[in-house]
Formats: sequence, structure tokens, C-alpha cells
Amino acid sequence: MGGLSKEYVIKRLGMFLLTVWLGTTVIFIVPRMAPGDPVQAMIGRMLTEGSNVENADQIVEAYRERFGLNDPVHVQYFKYLYNSATFNTGYSLAFFPSRIDDMIARSLPWTIGLLFVALILSFIIGNAVGALLAWRRTPKMIRWLLPISLTFTSIPAYMIGIMLLFFFAFMLDWFPYAGNYARGLNPGWDLEFIGSVIKHAFLPAMSIIMVSMGSWALGMRGMMITTDGEDYMILADAKGLTPMRIFWRYGIRNAILPQITAFGVALGALAGGSVLVEIIFTYPGVGYLLYQGILNSDFTLIQGIVFYVIVGVSIAVLILDLTYPLIDPRITYQRS
Amino acid sequence: MTAATNVFGTRSSRMAVILRLPWLNWKLVLGVGVLILMILMEFVGPVFWDTELARVGSVPTNMVPVWVEADKSLGFKEGSPDYPLGSESNGREMLALVLVATPRSLKVGLIAASLGTITGIILGFAAGFLGGWLDSSIRILSDAWMTIPGLAVLIVIASYVREFDINSMALVIAMFAWPGPTRIIRAQVLSMRERGYVQMAQISGSSVIDIMFKEMMPNLLPYLAATFTSTVSSSILAATGLEILGLGPTRIPTLGMTINNALRASAILRGMWWWWSFPIVMLVTIFMALFLMTIGLDEIANPRLRGIQQ
Repeated sequence: MGGLSKEYVIKRLGMFLLTVWLGTTVIFIVPRMAPGDPVQAMIGRMLTEGSNVENADQIVEAYRERFGLNDPVHVQYFKYLYNSATFNTGYSLAFFPSRIDDMIARSLPWTIGLLFVALILSFIIGNAVGALLAWRRTPKMIRWLLPISLTFTSIPAYMIGIMLLFFFAFMLDWFPYAGNYARGLNPGWDLEFIGSVIKHAFLPAMSIIMVSMGSWALGMRGMMITTDGEDYMILADAKGLTPMRIFWRYGIRNAILPQITAFGVALGALAGGSVLVEIIFTYPGVGYLLYQGILNSDFTLIQGIVFYVIVGVSIAVLILDLTYPLIDPRITYQRS
Repeated sequence: MTAATNVFGTRSSRMAVILRLPWLNWKLVLGVGVLILMILMEFVGPVFWDTELARVGSVPTNMVPVWVEADKSLGFKEGSPDYPLGSESNGREMLALVLVATPRSLKVGLIAASLGTITGIILGFAAGFLGGWLDSSIRILSDAWMTIPGLAVLIVIASYVREFDINSMALVIAMFAWPGPTRIIRAQVLSMRERGYVQMAQISGSSVIDIMFKEMMPNLLPYLAATFTSTVSSSILAATGLEILGLGPTRIPTLGMTINNALRASAILRGMWWWWSFPIVMLVTIFMALFLMTIGLDEIANPRLRGIQQ
């Protein structure tokens, strides 16, 4: 019998809480080990950069409220944990009256849309290429794809992004430079708007897909080669099943499982890398918002976004871990 | 079987024996060679080129590379053989900039990866060899740590600690460089512990330290080298990521900082391709060299990948 055992679910939940706790603790402790008072440093920087510091008192107050800077460190820490656990990320420093939650909520759909589409596409294309490479009947043409896509794997996504931006937006003028949809369009479910969104997201998505495709292909190729040697493949062949049926139902069905686990690991890496891709393409997602935070020394905004990134990635990994035994009936995780 | 006997039973030349050594994998040698050249840039660069030109305002701004015709309407100046790769808008000379920045970017990766790998060796050995509660806590900690999105946390840290130099940046990046090595070494140690030669050593009363360093370490070397290489790669990736966000060292030019400057000055849309493309070419070369090394080391660690040779 497959499925989830109680122990396994509890273990995974514990792992999830541990990850979130570790991440939030690191972003609490390490900045405090740095010399100097962050609030003073920030106000000082704002003054030298000539920003608006009219409501400096309010800013300092917001900051002290969020982190309780007048308390001893351990009290600060528990307050911070409490605020994090209740998802109270407070106010932005640089755009003071705006709440961080609202700012993230506005940009989150764009990031999720871009990342989700890019991740799914690269997973499908990469695995298809990898599976075909391990298959004896595959045409020679496709065999050239692996070395090429593997070459891209070693290059970070934002560099591909810069090159794509230069060639396809600047030189050829096929795609827009920046933004998420053309100015003057009203967001809605009409063809013009959707077309514009796709056109704007194409290059950023391509740079992520090109980079992440290769590792899927490589992993899938290895798994398919292993699967190919199994007895049930020989039996399927001997039974006279069609090659297509063997390829899909016997080969891919078995080889794809470890790839799904790798999906979770890929998410974390992608969350970091896509920040830079969004910045290159001025794509108004969470990564770009984070960049705004950095440019304005908006510590609460930076910390709030990173907290949500940690939680988001951990949730995604948790969901994958919990669905995995359901996808693969052989795994029950009943052993302690 | 003597080492100098080949498959046909005839004695082959000394050279042929050396060539058959697994460490002389061409991918590994090429990758290492390229990286050594880049490290040497720091010492050889100043000998044949004036690296002081990497300072702001040391040459005329917006010069095109010498082989390109300048588009005066865009405000570019004619290139000169004195400044072969042109210059950017702050008056830094591109060739000097690349010569100065490349070894630095590589250095951050090497330091961070060394720290991460050493921590990984210690924790991995401790977990795999001593076992028990130590093993489970190290394993759980490294598993959880791996899921934390490193670059995001690094951004928080770096935005507080603005006065970064190469070493402190490497130190911070190393915080996220240890779980990978720890996991791999733990797994290898666990499987090795059950092998005959380790058990033999245990029975004959070798000390734990002896077993670790004399019996296990030599067999771990290819895995260690492969982990180290991929950690260098991910550390450089993290470092350039921070630099592109403007969070790296600000006083000394690095490749990521040059790209950050180019992006801020919208060099892509102004057509100043030489500003961002030379740093990118160098970074891509670094990543490719490291990638080649990883493949080469993988072939050394898994002889099956090399095809049957013996």
C-alpha cells in the first residue's frame, strides 16, 4: 500500500518549520553581528543621499516597533519570531505608509506567473529532450541538443538575459525592453492584453528556460538509460508492445520520478536567480521590488520579502515532498 | 600486473603510462589550466599592462574598442590602440578593468568554496564515521539549510554590511557553501565504512584519524575535488549576483560590479556592448572551465563514464 504515513508527514512538517526558523534566525542574527546601528546607518545614508527624511522620527519608530530595538536582544528575538509567525512584516521604511504585505501582493502574481511558466516549460522540454536522447530510435538531429543545452547550464540565467535583451530587444527590436505589459493597456482578459503580457514575459522566461533545461535533460537521460536495462523493458519488448507505448508507459513513467524530487531543489536556486532576471528586464515582480528595497536601503522591505521567499520556497518543497509518495506507489516511507 | 604493461602484454613507453593516469583527463586539465591563467592575471597583468587605468576617470569616456567604428551620433569616441577594448562612461579602461577584476571574482569563489568544503569534510566525516545523534543532527541541519534560498538571505546580510571586502564577502558566502559538501562526503564515508579495507584497518587497530586520512581520504579525493569545483562555481554565482545588485565591494572593481555599473548606466540600450560583454565573457569562461572540471572529475570518480579502457 502506498501513500503517506503519519510519521512521514510529521517529519516533513518538522523539517519545514526547522527550515523557516533557521532562515528567519539567520537574517535576524547576522546583521546584528555587523558593527554599527542599522537604524542610524540608514538615516545617515538617507541624509547623504539627499532623500526625504521628513518623517525620520516615524521611520525610526516603525523600525523600533518592528524589531523592538530598545529591548534586550533575546526579547527582540522572540518579538521578531512572533511577528514572523503571525506574518506581521510591518511597514516599508522608504515608502513609509505602505504596508510590505500590500507591496508584495501587488508584485507577486507577476513573479509567480513568470517562474511557474518558465519552470514547467523547462521541466517538460528538458525531460523530453533527455528521454529522447537515451532512446535508440531518436533522430541524430536531437542528439546535438544535449551538449548545446548543457553548455548553457553552466551560465547564470541573468547573463543569458543580458544577451537576449541585447540581441532580440536592442538589435532586432522584436521584443520590448522592459515592463510587464504595454503602457496604456487596461489589464483584463482580452487578447490584446494577454498578447502583450506574453510578449513582455517571453525573453525573461526564455533566459530561465535555456539555463535550467540542460540539467533536466542530463538527469532524465541517465534515468532512462538505467530504466532501459530493466527486465520489464525487455519483457515489454518481447510481448510485442508498440515502441511508443514502451517509451511512454514503461520508460518515462518510471524514469520521471526522481526528476520530480529534483524539482523541489531547483525551486530554491531559481528563486534566487530569478531576482536578477527580473532586474535585468525591469520586470515588476518581487525580485524587482527587492531591488527597489536595496536601492532605497529599505531594510524592512528587504527583510520582509526575503522572509516570504524563505517561506514560499519551503512550502513548495514541503508540497513536493508530500505528493511524492502519492506519485510513486513504491515509496511508503514507513521505515523509521 | 605491473603498471607498465598494456592490454597486449607488451611494455609500453613511460609516456603512455602517464597518459593513462586518470587524473590526466583532458577536460580537467583544460579547466584547471584556464583557471590558473586567470589567477596569474593578477601578477602578470600589471607587467605588460597599466592596470591603474581601471580607476575612474583615468582615460577618456565612451571609447569604442579599437576594431569598431564609433557611432558619433550616440556620443561614442573613436577607439585607440592604447586602449584596445575601449572605455566605459566612468572613464575606466576596459582591458585594465577585466585584468584587475577577473582574478578577484575567482578569488572570492575559491576562498568561499575552501571554507565550505573544509567545513563539509569535518561535518561529513563526523556524521558518517561517528554516527548516532551527531549524524542525525548534522544530516537534518544540512538538509534544512539547503532549502533556504541562499542568495535571498545573502542579500539581507549584504544590505546591512555595506563595507564589504573580498574576504568578508567570501566568508558570508561560505555560510551557504557547506551543506552540499557535507552531504556528499557523509554519503561516501557511510558507504566506504563498510568496505573491506576500512574494516581491515579497524580490526588491525588503526586509530580513527589514521583510518580517516590514510584509508578513506585518498579514495574520497575525486569526490572532494568535484564538490569543491561545483561549490566554487555556485559561490562565484552568488558573489556576482550580490555585486550586480550593487551589494559587493565598492572600492575595488569586480566583474559583477562592472556589470552593475553597465546596467545602471543602461549600457544595453545605449549600444555600449563592450561595457557588459567583456565581463560576461570572462565570467562565462570561468563557469565553463569549472563545468569542464566537474565533468572531468566525474569521469575520474566513475570510470564507467570513461568507457572501457583497461
